[in-house]
Amino acid sequence: MSQQSLSIAITGAGGAGVISSGELLLQAWAREGGRGLLRKAFGPQIRGGESAALLKLTAGERYTASGQYDLVLALDWDNFSRFEDEIRVGPDSWIICEDGESLPPAVAALGANVLSVPITELANESHPDGRVNMLALGLLGNLLGLPADSLCDLAGQKLSRKPEAYREAASACIRRGAALSLDCPLDPPARGEPDTWYLSGNQAAGLGALEAGIRFVAAYPITPASDVLEWMAGGLEQVGGQLLQAEDELAAINMIVGAAFGGVPAFTATSGPGLALMTESIGLAVASETPVTILNVMRGGPSTGIPTKSEQSDLNIALGGLHGDAPHLVLAPLDIADCVFTTGWAVQLAQHLQTAAIVLSDQFIGQSTAVVSEPRRCELKLPAMEPVDTDYLRYKLTASGVSTLAAPGDADQRFTADGLEHNEKGAPSAKHSDHQLQLEKRQHKLTAFDYGDDWAHVEGEGPVALVCFGSASAAVAEGAELLGSQGIATRTVALRLLAPLQADALARALAGCERVVVVEQNHSKQLFHYLRGQMDFPQAVHSYAVAGPVPLSANEIADFVNEVIT
Amino acid sequence: MTNAIKLKAKDYKSGLKPIWCPGCGHFSVFNAITKAMAALQISKDDTVMVSGIGCSSRLPAYVDSYGFHGVHGRGLAIAQGLKVARPDLTVIAMGGDGDGFSIGGNHFIHACRRNVNMTYIAMDNEVYGMTKGQASPTTPMDWSNSKLTPHGPGVRPFKPAALALASGAPWIARAYSGNPNQMAQLIAQAIEHPGFSFLHVLSQCITFCPEQTDWKAIVNEREEPAVADADEAAKLFLHEDGFQTGLLFEQARATWPPEGMAPVADDALQNLATAFRV
Repeated sequence: MSQQSLSIAITGAGGAGVISSGELLLQAWAREGGRGLLRKAFGPQIRGGESAALLKLTAGERYTASGQYDLVLALDWDNFSRFEDEIRVGPDSWIICEDGESLPPAVAALGANVLSVPITELANESHPDGRVNMLALGLLGNLLGLPADSLCDLAGQKLSRKPEAYREAASACIRRGAALSLDCPLDPPARGEPDTWYLSGNQAAGLGALEAGIRFVAAYPITPASDVLEWMAGGLEQVGGQLLQAEDELAAINMIVGAAFGGVPAFTATSGPGLALMTESIGLAVASETPVTILNVMRGGPSTGIPTKSEQSDLNIALGGLHGDAPHLVLAPLDIADCVFTTGWAVQLAQHLQTAAIVLSDQFIGQSTAVVSEPRRCELKLPAMEPVDTDYLRYKLTASGVSTLAAPGDADQRFTADGLEHNEKGAPSAKHSDHQLQLEKRQHKLTAFDYGDDWAHVEGEGPVALVCFGSASAAVAEGAELLGSQGIATRTVALRLLAPLQADALARALAGCERVVVVEQNHSKQLFHYLRGQMDFPQAVHSYAVAGPVPLSANEIADFVNEVIT
Repeated sequence: MTNAIKLKAKDYKSGLKPIWCPGCGHFSVFNAITKAMAALQISKDDTVMVSGIGCSSRLPAYVDSYGFHGVHGRGLAIAQGLKVARPDLTVIAMGGDGDGFSIGGNHFIHACRRNVNMTYIAMDNEVYGMTKGQASPTTPMDWSNSKLTPHGPGVRPFKPAALALASGAPWIARAYSGNPNQMAQLIAQAIEHPGFSFLHVLSQCITFCPEQTDWKAIVNEREEPAVADADEAAKLFLHEDGFQTGLLFEQARATWPPEGMAPVADDALQNLATAFRV
């Protein structure tokens, strides 16, 4: 029987092309019906340095980071120590490395099986422009039983804009690598239906936003959100939208407020430091009831923190970073494919409820690519806006709290949107009664809305509940499965809608559980404190919170649950 | 828009009562804006006034058009987002010297550089009025009437026209609140200019800077045509006293975004999704 997953790391000096090898290998694997995840690890250098393609081939589509690697293909050992924490190997692991290079003592001490291959020599023999990464690709493809033709075809597509010699060299190296017979028995997981997609969470979020109607994006680059914006630049050009590169995040958020006021659905993407700069005008969107969506791809914080690594530590600022009483939406995609659904949902909710939506993705799901079944889409059936009477009141008090939103160009519905507190007409007002009524209106439209069943993904039955949000859901689901195999039944609740918190639904989902374990990837237990501040739990509530950048581990989650129940 | 009846300046007023002090120069700017709108018979429904925060930033609500009163310093960012998303609209951004040259300074220089087809009216009274009289980036070095800087700000004031020129603004003019007819003409020209038009208005604050009543004697109307050469304009803006009014600089320059977008295919969205299929 095949094992559930097979983890392969390809490492090499930056520029050696190990990331390309990883991408092509995973795509060829996907063509044969395989499922898998590719994480990209880089040293801090802008160019050069060391990079690693971290592949996890799996039987299903629940993607967590690998604990231990079955195979490491090292094109060289320079700076390998940078990845020692991330790329763990054991006595059963295999290491394939360049012939003649000695193993670093720390790696040698692990006792893994080592195979030396004259990679550079073989690449040079294959073609005058031969490259080691393509030779490695052929070698690995062969170990996984992938057709060399498919690898050559994919490499040819990737190099389609390069001179013909590049494609010839790639094919020659791939075929030479594939012809090697190595005594390295790998046990790849079972493959499924080949009708799949291959994309990153950042691309998925961009697609979800465009499909939900976003036609204006203001962009200020920041790691790890820049690639969302770069993908959207091309996408918007095709669908007839505009992308404006802003001078800073203060401009970016205000530009989308302006575009949205013009009736064009508007979006920006950023990460922690950028979100901090944007908070004042997210409040403006809330107060002026202008719909905007902000995708925040979380990275290690505070301050500049760890820009290239994942952490779920922007929950507090997303929930409570706005000044004044500023109710808004906070959502979190549960995995790479769900970035399409959740971002689309956020855009549609923001548009309908005329407020700001913050979507909390993170570096792990944002920048990893995966093979997934066709992502689910969100198509809300929303009630129509009330028709406008002759005397248009922009901030009219209605039963739902939602008032009709006119846009410039609409005949005779002129109003001035305002961050100042205002009356129903929109005229500035410092009166207590207007303030109270408008505060209630802005709160009520969010709390009274029926969000349906998508507020969380709830699974399983058991006396212990595991509650998490966003990308932690995969590690939690894997932990639950592990616990199940140990005879401990659990219920998992992965929150997709964080604000407004669906407290009643959450209480119902937790009914019958004796204990609640809140799992999250940050240091200060942000979700744990938020939930306890919003609800009274009849259960004992425990916190399992681990800071990034190490990914959450299913084993450690299971160990923690075992500890608290005994 | 087809107007059966010709609109007068007063028809462009919303009727909301301004919060400004008696004698404030901003009344004059407000009147000049409505006069310019009447002169152009501009469509109320297709015009948006955008501002930040400050005394002058209250102006959008007083005009009977669409408006956005945003947060401090960010009016230009809101206005550019709006204009790029909705190129069919006439967009006029406005605000004071603190809003535009201090907290919003970065947006000002980038708006000049970007050259989106819109108008920016900076009402410069050399003081933060709404917060009761502190020095701004255009306050004279020795102005000692603020408790915050009792010995004067001690910092050289910005020259907004020079800053705009250096940042790439293609249309720079100056008006004075004491000459509303000239200002109305300049506003109408600014709106019609195909690009980013920057109108610097000397708009007196007699509450916190009563000495500004002296401006009347210093202000002088430029008689020559606008400078078209950037070198010549640099000399002018660096050495002038800052009280010359009229259209000072005008140069043709490509606006952003470039016109004429590629046609959109019916299945464009579907193609984007399809590209992710293995």
